[in-house]
Amino acid sequence: MGHFAIVRRPFFWIIVAATALFALVPLWGNNVELRESLVLAAVYVTLASNLNLMIGYTGYVNFGNIVFFGLGGYFGVYFSNAFGWPLIPAALVGAAIVSGLAYLFGLGILRLRGAYFALATIGVNEAVRAFVQNFDPWGGASGLYIPISAFGQFGGPMQALWAIYFLLVLVMGLSLVLSYAIKSSKFGLGLLAIGQNEDAAAVLGVATPRYKAMAYSISAFLPAVAGALFFFKSAFIQPVDAFDLSLSVEVIVMLMLGGQGTVTGAAIGAFLYEELRGHLLTSATFSNFQLVIAGALLLLIVLFVPGGLMGWVHRRWPRTRTVLE
Amino acid sequence: MNGIIASILDGLLVGSVYGLAAMGLTLIWGVMNVINLTHGAIIVAGMFGVFLLATVLGVNAYASILPLVAASFVLGVGLYWVAVHRVIGQPPLMSLLSTFAVNLILIGLGTALWGTQLFNVTVTLPGLSLGRYTFPGTHIMAAVLAFVIAGLLYLFLHHTRLGKAVRAVANNREAAALVGIPTTWVLSLAFGLGVALACTAGALIATMFPFTVLSGSTYQVNSFVVTVLGGLGNPAGALLGGVALGLLEGLATPFMPVSWTSVIEFVLFVIVLIAFPRGLFNFRRS
Repeated sequence: MGHFAIVRRPFFWIIVAATALFALVPLWGNNVELRESLVLAAVYVTLASNLNLMIGYTGYVNFGNIVFFGLGGYFGVYFSNAFGWPLIPAALVGAAIVSGLAYLFGLGILRLRGAYFALATIGVNEAVRAFVQNFDPWGGASGLYIPISAFGQFGGPMQALWAIYFLLVLVMGLSLVLSYAIKSSKFGLGLLAIGQNEDAAAVLGVATPRYKAMAYSISAFLPAVAGALFFFKSAFIQPVDAFDLSLSVEVIVMLMLGGQGTVTGAAIGAFLYEELRGHLLTSATFSNFQLVIAGALLLLIVLFVPGGLMGWVHRRWPRTRTVLE
Repeated sequence: MNGIIASILDGLLVGSVYGLAAMGLTLIWGVMNVINLTHGAIIVAGMFGVFLLATVLGVNAYASILPLVAASFVLGVGLYWVAVHRVIGQPPLMSLLSTFAVNLILIGLGTALWGTQLFNVTVTLPGLSLGRYTFPGTHIMAAVLAFVIAGLLYLFLHHTRLGKAVRAVANNREAAALVGIPTTWVLSLAFGLGVALACTAGALIATMFPFTVLSGSTYQVNSFVVTVLGGLGNPAGALLGGVALGLLEGLATPFMPVSWTSVIEFVLFVIVLIAFPRGLFNFRRS
């Protein structure tokens, strides 16, 4: 298979069309309210798709996955504030650093398996959060602010919000394409083999430590970019929001809702979760019991539909497997 | 110098309660390979249990522990059947998520009932004075109770038929089933015990420090650290791990801002997990 073979597959064009639709819908009637809800959805889809590389493909539960998003945010905001860099290079350089750190860390903590790995990722997130809370150049516990003048690079705050929205949707689209490209590559086959049976994969010649560290590192890059964009847009970042372990678990919930291991499932799960969350938060009856409902929903999925939405769809209509990966 | 010693001693007292909480987590892990993410919520349940009994109903705070142990044991057995039984033996993601789901439900109910403001349980107990320093009576009492309960757990696990069955199931579930141990029943019992330990630790913490509905996550992560220091699945190690963590906190407090101690704790946590996955206090050879 050639390198660009995926552009000839229908699923690639489904991703492109969905991403374009995402970008264009709020433009219709200049719908700012819809845009703000879709910003969150784009971030969630990005986080869930990249987490899927670890949980769904490689079978490693990265419980502290939010650390990439938070660190990316901090690097982006810091480069923009301290050196006056434009947002895009600040985000990309920050994400490259996060990705490199993830590779080095991955070589260490990916020696652990199962629940031990999950615990270690919680430890990494908490260690980074505790460190940033004490790290004065990054504002310690009170965080960093973006001055309003920084939005000048896009021609003003209003234009900046739209520009960052399109960038976030682009990152979301790239995440989906990346998930799909990896799934249909030799590298992805190696990861899936590790997910099935790591020892057997190693015996058959998969370079498991390197593959795992690469998956961990790749899954860090786009969430870090999204973090930089998201926190630049909020104009404010603090450790409690950036390294929020409960958001980390919420991303896992999105993945379970849609169906882990599938590109479509990660995307649909994240989108549905955002919609659901929005309704629960705004409804007067449910806002107090939002956590209770989310918890009950998660429990039902884990106990009775562990394959998620796509698992169910694929079982019900087996032919969809070939189109919706 | 005396100040440092006093700080270390107080750290040891508080640390033994951390150890008690972590014993609950590690017992469940050791018996059924499940990381119980309801742990933090159960600790909070213990805090509010003692608050209701002692502050609202006027029962003695330490006397209220007994009914709390009974209630939380029943709760734990119930939780096992609702949330854990179906995911035993499945990939770790499943049990992590099912227990996390229960955690969300409990914390959600707690916030709906009590909001997130600060609560505290006032216990008047004379302290112990050494020179210029006074150790709070509640800290001493909590540490003594933590060691007594740990001792009782040891006696139960090593000297009763049921305790031996728990250890047999932890060791090899199939073999235990082959010799006629009702393993599922024993699993639910072990989960109930783990929950009861966490709840008791929560009750003791409530007598020492103020708390909110959301305090659980801090103490839960704290229990992870202690558990990893002591070796996952090793109750005696958990107690030692708790004491070691208390020692570390006591030792660090006079020398650096409190917020830096958590950085050290978590870095230590990751290093120990990678370098000594069996814990620092596992003296048996594998």
